Amino acid sequence: MSPSLAEEILSLSLQHLRLVAITIAIAAAIALPTAVLVARRPGVRRWVLSFTNIAQTVPSLALFGFLLPLIGIGEQTAIVALSLYALLPILRSTLTGILGVDPAVRESAMAMGMTPRQILWQVELPLAVPSIVAGLRIATVTTIGTATIAAFIGAGGLGVFLVRGIAMMDKQALLAGALPAAAMALAFDEGLEWIERKLSAG
Amino acid sequence: MYYENCAVPSAILEIRDVSCALGGRPVLRHINLTVEEGETVVLLGRSGSGKTTLLKTVNGLVPATSGEIRFEGRGTAQWDAVEMRRRMGYVIQDAGLFPHWTVEANIGLVPRLEKWEPARVAARVDLLLETVGLAPAEFRHRYPRQLSGGQRQRVGISRALGADPPLLLFDEPFASLDPITRYELQRQFLELRSTVRKTALFVTHDVREALLLATRIALLREGELESVATPEEFLASRTKEGQAFLACLEDDGRPD
Repeated sequence: MSPSLAEEILSLSLQHLRLVAITIAIAAAIALPTAVLVARRPGVRRWVLSFTNIAQTVPSLALFGFLLPLIGIGEQTAIVALSLYALLPILRSTLTGILGVDPAVRESAMAMGMTPRQILWQVELPLAVPSIVAGLRIATVTTIGTATIAAFIGAGGLGVFLVRGIAMMDKQALLAGALPAAAMALAFDEGLEWIERKLSAG
Repeated sequence: MYYENCAVPSAILEIRDVSCALGGRPVLRHINLTVEEGETVVLLGRSGSGKTTLLKTVNGLVPATSGEIRFEGRGTAQWDAVEMRRRMGYVIQDAGLFPHWTVEANIGLVPRLEKWEPARVAARVDLLLETVGLAPAEFRHRYPRQLSGGQRQRVGISRALGADPPLLLFDEPFASLDPITRYELQRQFLELRSTVRKTALFVTHDVREALLLATRIALLREGELESVATPEEFLASRTKEGQAFLACLEDDGRPD
């Protein structure tokens, strides 16, 4: 491997990571409060989950295509699309976590005179943390994979190698993109799973 | 009789003509019951008799459909629900402890909510642990999953006593314990009552438990209050449901 290739892998990997980090931050910033808001409202909850489900079913390449005329080429479009995909796992797992709190615990909290806000912050959310981390893990790992497609709309990242590899039938370029992406996904999967286990045990 | 110790018994809780329907189905019909200070009134009934629902109408977890409940002389509608609940300890089956909090944090909950000084909360927690027979140094920092069922329930009772509430509500607290642990805790309950002199409303389906713990037994059947009697009177009960419960005793005799 030439030094220039190694440098390129490093810089594209960092770009890829940046893309993923921004995406997950945005998705979490939207999904977490939404989950909290709709947890106690079954009607709205169904509606919100349907929306995120539908967003999830749109093929990523098509979604990029739809967003291009709206936002234009480049990183922003990729981040918007990737965030939409990341919403569902975070939202769903946060809801699962909040709704999964033992009803006896919630009943005690209420009967002891905790306000709904105190129940949310001191009981439901702390108990939902392992589940929330599980959702973040799934969202992160899938985003690392999906983000490679973002290169097709000029967002950069490891997908740049894949685009080049496909266009030029260059096996080395394909591997230069695929291997670091796979390694990154595995690393995050393991790392976040470890945190998840720690929190569940805690 | 029990009242002899109290100069003037005053009603802590008055349940007046309370009815409750859940999902259109009547669960409680025109219940009238008064609980005086220092009493342990046991709500006895079989499953579906409405005893747990009645308990939950008292702290507002289930709203009464009609009728009035007065606590410390004030209608529950006049109370701020949160403030009122902090004056009613609540103990349920399996304790319902907060799994992510230590024993200390669980017991100190209401004092903390009431913004006590940390040192005062800590002292209170230790006192309560001792009261229910758990060594503070050993148990303070444990998590609920590190406790046996009986220990969890002791912590549950301590938590209910947290800020020294005038009324304690018990919803079948000992139902899932093994018989030996259950008996220990029933004994503890009696001991506790003679030391801290709390007023309690206690739900059970276990007639022996009712006879052991109650100063008065309120017998519920299909959402109606069939009788209110002292344990002695209850043993001479002539009502059908009373007889049915007493029949459970015949095989193994009276407790004590």
